[in-house]
Amino acid sequence: MAKTLFLGDEAVAQAALDAGLSGVYAYPGTPSTEITEFIQNSKQGREGQVHSIWAGNEKTAMESAIGMSYAGKRAMVCMKHVGLNVAADPFMNSSITGANGGLVVVVADDPSMHSSQDEQDSRFFGKFALIPFYEPSNQQEAYDITYAAFEYSEKYHTPVLIRLTTRLSHSRAGVERKEARPQNPLHIEENPKQFILLPANARVHYRTLLGKQEAFENESLNSPFNKYIDGADKKMGIIASGIAYNYLMENFENHQCPYPVLKISQYPLPSKLIAKMVDECETVLVAEEGYPFIEEQVRGILNRTGNIIGRLSGALPRDGELNPNLIAKALGLPDTYGMPVPELVVPRPPALCVGCPHIDSYLAINEAMAEHGKGKVFADIGCYTLGALPPYNAIYTTVDMGASITMAKGAADAGLRPVLAVIGDSTFTHSGMTSLLDCVYENTPVTVMILDNSTTGMTGGQDSHALGVLGEICKGLGVKEEHIHRITPLKKDHEANVELIKKELAYEGVSVIIPTRECIQTLSRRMKKQQAAKKANS
Amino acid sequence: MKIDIILAGVGGQGILSIATIVGYAAVKRGMYMKQAEVHGMSQRGGDVQSHFRLSDHEIASDLIPMGKADMIISVEPMESLRYLPWLNPETGWLITNSQPFINIPNYPDVDKLNATLDGLKNKVVIDADKIASELGSARSANMVILGAASPYLQLPFEEIEAAVRENFARKGDDVVNTNIACLRAGREFAEKMK
Repeated sequence: MAKTLFLGDEAVAQAALDAGLSGVYAYPGTPSTEITEFIQNSKQGREGQVHSIWAGNEKTAMESAIGMSYAGKRAMVCMKHVGLNVAADPFMNSSITGANGGLVVVVADDPSMHSSQDEQDSRFFGKFALIPFYEPSNQQEAYDITYAAFEYSEKYHTPVLIRLTTRLSHSRAGVERKEARPQNPLHIEENPKQFILLPANARVHYRTLLGKQEAFENESLNSPFNKYIDGADKKMGIIASGIAYNYLMENFENHQCPYPVLKISQYPLPSKLIAKMVDECETVLVAEEGYPFIEEQVRGILNRTGNIIGRLSGALPRDGELNPNLIAKALGLPDTYGMPVPELVVPRPPALCVGCPHIDSYLAINEAMAEHGKGKVFADIGCYTLGALPPYNAIYTTVDMGASITMAKGAADAGLRPVLAVIGDSTFTHSGMTSLLDCVYENTPVTVMILDNSTTGMTGGQDSHALGVLGEICKGLGVKEEHIHRITPLKKDHEANVELIKKELAYEGVSVIIPTRECIQTLSRRMKKQQAAKKANS
Repeated sequence: MKIDIILAGVGGQGILSIATIVGYAAVKRGMYMKQAEVHGMSQRGGDVQSHFRLSDHEIASDLIPMGKADMIISVEPMESLRYLPWLNPETGWLITNSQPFINIPNYPDVDKLNATLDGLKNKVVIDADKIASELGSARSANMVILGAASPYLQLPFEEIEAAVRENFARKGDDVVNTNIACLRAGREFAEKMK
C-alpha cells in the first residue's frame, strides 16, 4: 500500500478510524489537538458517524469514552499531559472498572514546555493506574500501536494509554495503513457489577487488575514494539524509549549501533530484557524523553551498582527534550555544531495578534487597576496569558485551567482588595464554572472578567461550549443580574469600559464582566470562507 | 542523497507551504521524508522553525543534528541567523528573504543585520517581498524564496515546478501561473549570484 504523509497525531487518528473507532472525546490542547481535528475532518469519520465533537474538558471526555466503552464500542480520549490531571479521577477508576469496547487514552506530553506549564511525564500515570501503555518512536509506530491498542484493550478488558511527545505529535512522515475494520455492535457487558465501583465490587476488580500484571509484562516481553538489538561491543548497552530511539540511531552510520540496544515502546517494562542488558553490559545508558522513568526503576534509589547512567546521573540533562547531539555527548561521540548565533539576534516571544480583542481588554484592565498597585490580577490558560509579557505586564498568575477565579477568591479570603480574575470563554466552561460557584456561595468580593472571543483561540480556534451562553451560565450560577455586564473591547469604548471595571471593583461581592469580540484569527478565516463562497456563487 | 533543511520564519508567515511543496516533489521520487513542525503558542507571532529532512534512506531522527543542516531557508532575515548552529559550517547554504518582519521593539539595526548576512560564506539574500509584489502577488514571497533555494536542492527544477502546480491547482490557473513566475524569478536571482 502507498504511504501517506501523517503527523504523529494524524497517524494515531487514522489508525483509530481504521481500527473501528466509534467516538473520540477530547478537549483541545497542544500538542494533542490535531488527533481530534483529523477525525472531525475525515470523510471516513463522517461516513462512519464517528463521534468527534469537542468535550467541555478532559474529565467529561474521559467519562464519555468510558460510557462508550461500556456500550461495547471502541472509544478514544485525547488530551495534553496536563489534561490527564483533569481527567485523573475517571482515568484512574477506569483501570478498576476495566473496558468493554476498546478504550484507548492518548496523552501528548510536552517536554521542554513548548506550549505548557510543566513537562510532567504521563508514563507515571500509566504505571499508577497499573495499565499497559505505549510510547511510539515514529509515525508508523504511532499508527501500528494505536491499531494494536484497541485489540489489547478488548483482549484484557483494560484501558490502554498511549504516550506521545511533542516532536512525534507534530512531525510528519510516510505511514502505511492497514485494512479498515468495522465498528463494534452495541453490546453491554454481562457482569452487572463491572462498572459499579462500590467498595465490595472494587476490591474484587482491583485484585483482578493486579492479577493481570504478569500477563501485561509478558505482552511487553513479546511485543513487536520492544526490540533487543544485539551489538558486539558490550562496554555499553543502551535502553532507548520512544522517540529517544531515533535520536540514538541518528548517531550511527546506516543506523548500526555497535552496542546492544533495547528499544522500548511498550510497558510495563519487560524486566527480562532489562536484566539481560544489565548483566551483559558494563554500563547501561538510559535515553528517554521526559522524566527518568526507566532509569530510576532500573538503578533503584540506592544506586548500588552505579553503572546505570542517564538523566539522573547527569550523562543527559535532567530536564528538557532530548536531541541527537545530547545522545552523542552521552555516548562520548564527537559533538557537532554549526556557527554561533550572532549577538544581534534577539528573542521573538509569541505575542497577541494585531487587532486581538484581548489587547483592548488589557488596556482597560491596566488603567482600572493602576490605582490599586501590582499583584492583584489573576489570569488563566489561553492566548490572554500573553498579557503577562510587555507591553501589558497585566497579570500575575497562571497556574491551571480555571485557577484564575479560585486563586482570586483565596487571595480575597486572605484580605487582598480588590482582586480581578481574567479567564477565557472556553477555559471558563472547561473549569471556571465551579470556581465561580464557590465565589457566589460565599459572596466573595471578586471581579471576574471572562474574555469572550467566541473560540478556543490558543489551540487554533476550536468551537467553544461557551458560545452565546456565558451570561446565562453566570446568572444560573447565582451571580446577580445587575453585576453581569457584556462590554465590547474596542478603542472607542475604552473610557466606558474602564469606568465599568472600576465600579465593579468597588463592589463587595461577585461581579462578572464579559468583554465580547470575536478572535481576529477566526474572524479573518470566516471572512475568507465567505468571500470564497461568494466567488463560487457568482 | 540526503537534504536536511531548517525552515525559519515568524509565526503566521507560512513557512510550511515551502515544506509541503518540496515534500511533495521528494515523496513523488520515492524519497523518505520527516518534517518536525511547531504548533501552538509560538505560532502567535513568535519565532518558528521546522526541521525538514529528505533522504534516499530511512531517516532516524525527526530533528536535524546541530552542524549538519544543508540549508537554512528563511522568510525573515534575523530568523535565518537564529539557526546557524544547525547549519553545516563548511557546505551549508543560507537562503533568506531580506525583508525584515518587525513585531518586537528591540529588533536589531537593519544595516548591521545585513552586514552579518554579508559576512557569511554561502548565502542568497533576496528581496522576495519586492519580487513577488512586482509579479502581482505579495503573498507569493514564499515561492520566490523557494525558487532561490532551488539550485541547491538537488531536485530537478521541473519536479519542483510540478509540485507548485499541484499545490495551487485548486485555486485556479491565475494563482498557479503567478506562483510559477515567482518561483522562476527566485531561481533566476540565485543563479545570477552563483
